[in-house]
Amino acid sequence: DEPVPAEGRHTAVPGRALHEGTQQMEDCLAKKMEITVSEAEKRTGRNAMNMQETYTAYLIETRAVESQNEGQCSPVDSLWRRYSEFELLRNYLLVTYPHIVVPPLPEKRADFVWHKLSADNMDPDFVERRRIGLENFLLRVASHPVLCQDKIFYSFLTQEGGWKEMVNETGFQLKADSRLKALNATFRVKNPDKRFTELKHYSDELQSVISHLLRVRARVADRLYGVYKVHGNYGRVFSEWSAIEKEMGDGLQSAGHHMDVYAASIDDILEEEEHYADQLKEYLFYAEALRAVCRKHELMQYDLEMAAQDLTSKKQQCEELATGTMRTFSLKGMTSKLFGQETPEQREAKIKILEEQIQEGEEQLKSKNLEGRDFVKSAWADIERFKEQKNRDLKEALISYAVMQISMCKKGIQVWTNAKECFSKM
Amino acid sequence: MEAEGRVPGPPPPPLPPAGGGIGAELPAIPPGAARAPLLGAPAEVLELDDEEDDLEVFSKDTSLAEANSFSPSMTISPSSMINQYKFEDEPELRDLFITVDDPESHITAIETFITYRVITKTSRGEFDSCEYEVRRRYQDFLWLKSKLEEAHPTLIIPPLPEKFIMKGMVERFSDEFIETRRKALHKFLNRIADHPTLTFNEDFKIFLTAQAWELSSHKKQGPGLLSRMGQTVRAVASSVRGGVKNRPEMFTEMNDYMETFSQKINVLDKIAHRIYKEEREYFNEMKEYGPIHTLWSASEEDIADSLKGVASCIDKCCKATEKRMAGLSENLLPILHEYVLYSEILMGVLKRRDHIQSELDSKIDALANKKADKDLFSEEIGKLEDKVECANNALKADWDRWKQNMQCDMRSAFTNMADNNLHYYEECLATWESFLASQTVDCHGEEDSEDRP
Repeated sequence: DEPVPAEGRHTAVPGRALHEGTQQMEDCLAKKMEITVSEAEKRTGRNAMNMQETYTAYLIETRAVESQNEGQCSPVDSLWRRYSEFELLRNYLLVTYPHIVVPPLPEKRADFVWHKLSADNMDPDFVERRRIGLENFLLRVASHPVLCQDKIFYSFLTQEGGWKEMVNETGFQLKADSRLKALNATFRVKNPDKRFTELKHYSDELQSVISHLLRVRARVADRLYGVYKVHGNYGRVFSEWSAIEKEMGDGLQSAGHHMDVYAASIDDILEEEEHYADQLKEYLFYAEALRAVCRKHELMQYDLEMAAQDLTSKKQQCEELATGTMRTFSLKGMTSKLFGQETPEQREAKIKILEEQIQEGEEQLKSKNLEGRDFVKSAWADIERFKEQKNRDLKEALISYAVMQISMCKKGIQVWTNAKECFSKM
Repeated sequence: MEAEGRVPGPPPPPLPPAGGGIGAELPAIPPGAARAPLLGAPAEVLELDDEEDDLEVFSKDTSLAEANSFSPSMTISPSSMINQYKFEDEPELRDLFITVDDPESHITAIETFITYRVITKTSRGEFDSCEYEVRRRYQDFLWLKSKLEEAHPTLIIPPLPEKFIMKGMVERFSDEFIETRRKALHKFLNRIADHPTLTFNEDFKIFLTAQAWELSSHKKQGPGLLSRMGQTVRAVASSVRGGVKNRPEMFTEMNDYMETFSQKINVLDKIAHRIYKEEREYFNEMKEYGPIHTLWSASEEDIADSLKGVASCIDKCCKATEKRMAGLSENLLPILHEYVLYSEILMGVLKRRDHIQSELDSKIDALANKKADKDLFSEEIGKLEDKVECANNALKADWDRWKQNMQCDMRSAFTNMADNNLHYYEECLATWESFLASQTVDCHGEEDSEDRP
């Protein structure tokens, strides 16, 4: 478990401060370890099919926090990971902790873009925002009371070589539920916990409303960009016009300068807004994580219901055989009636087998019930934790959006006050 | 004599002769009896040669005018459009008030057309009554403009709204189109009323006062549209042939200026329209943006209030944007458009002046070639020389006046635009600040502490 020393020592450059939520976590990794995704680098390599590919690698830097408090600067460990390894980690966490709302990764491809943003994965702005998103992901996991204790996660942060093999050795892929099975359960389950049904509806609504919001926001950003940039044309024309004017010349020229300032100001404004959009996107993807937990519950509940049903029918069969009555239609029963009855010995044997199966079934049902109840309990605890986190984060995001709007308005007031003064001197 | 920085006012000379004949403008001592005294202010202003008196009066006016025309805080609200039209004369000096309103549709077997009500209130002696109400259609305005151009080929006749508006997807008789046209027609007549020469034009008076049948019969007299067109055609043709040889420096400068000005004003017009379009698209998207937050709040509990707050802020900003757009379309856009038209008019005036001069030049050339008939030619040439001198002076004076007005109009239009934008941002700022205040109170002073870039 010795951390592999990184190629070079880099100073950690935090993209985003530790999330507020971590202040409430007592014993989580995030408290003991400073984690940053500090750099992104373009790489070329050969993929599984021996074809050349270009990808981006991200530098994860970690440093123990305790030694900082002692006044010493502890060494920084670092390693490089690419997006697909993050995905692998997350898939592992999803399967291993199905009762946890696992934090989402930043989007794989640029979505909800407006015209100025590139949809290209290699675009530096996209890469930068992804770097921040990946750091956020790691911090979320590190501040989760359950997930932060996972050994695979710790190795992801500290062990460059052999991590992939380690994950695959856990065999988590085999434990994964098939999508088909999950879908089947969703349709057929009879008595899911009502809270999970409500939660599922909520996550659907959340996903739908946030996507809609992001789409319209992108369009609004596009239009706002247009308004600002067209004003830039005034600058050029005023300058040219001022050349033929005597009295108006100065006023025109200086007003034109302010129009240029105005037009240029939109770039920073919209860049900041992208970070706000990313905050919303995180919760868009969180909706999927919520649904995953609901699906797991449905699956377990369905499993339980099937097991109970199976047990009931076996008991009935047993009873029929014992009493010789046939309450439920069974093909076997009919054929035996038609083609001759069984001997008492054969019947006894059958009953014995069934009784064994019934006992097994009852034990299984008991443990499934317990499992189910445990799952509901722990899942619901995490869901409550998630709800509080979500409310906190979203409220903060909305406030930061207001702060951005205020800043934009103040800039606008300044520019137009200056411009007005110049115009009035024309 | 024009004092520096004074109110753009009527230059003391020349006063208009009664009735506009071609080339009849002579700088003359104004016959004091021919005009009724101006309302309120001393009528002698325009008649005295005494510099001091002029300056004194004008400095008094200047202070008033500055408070109105030069103050950056003057906001031109749509409801008080009348303020826009006092270019030079203060209300107390005006004696002719015109309004254009009440568009009415008329349907006949042949055509459908709109008439506008033109109300004139005046205290001038040459008007039989002090109030007139007539109805005029667009054709009548065209007629008036052509008569004025005919009578004063080198004066700057104000622009008329165009026959059709191609850009902007406005239906021919839509309410928007009619209203825009009405405002432009109102401005047209008021500009003529404010013009020191044109205001006394006889056709103008007839336009304002004659009943429909009177106007029709008056229109049928006189040279008519064709001859005026011919005049301009000849003028354009002569300029195409390579310009005028002996054009005074001043008019070459004017020409150069107008070429550049025309270019720039056209581009500005396009820019302003483009900005309007972008703002409209922005408004359309914003309309959808707010309600999504309200929709979201329905599935939330804790953050429902914050979401509704944001929705309400966005809706308010949306309305503020609508106001900003309205300000643009009521003020900057029409003014830029008028000056696009003005630049065409001015180019035409310069050409007509050139044409008048070329008549003189060609006669001089002819004289140089034919030594005979010297006396006859001299007399003709003398007349033409007078004509040229008149035309030049008239144009020069009107040019100065036009430039002053243009400066004033541009200043007020752009200042108004800046004001519009200021109000927009101030309103939005207030909205978001009050939202923020409500949120931070709830959070017990918790503010955005994240180091978001």
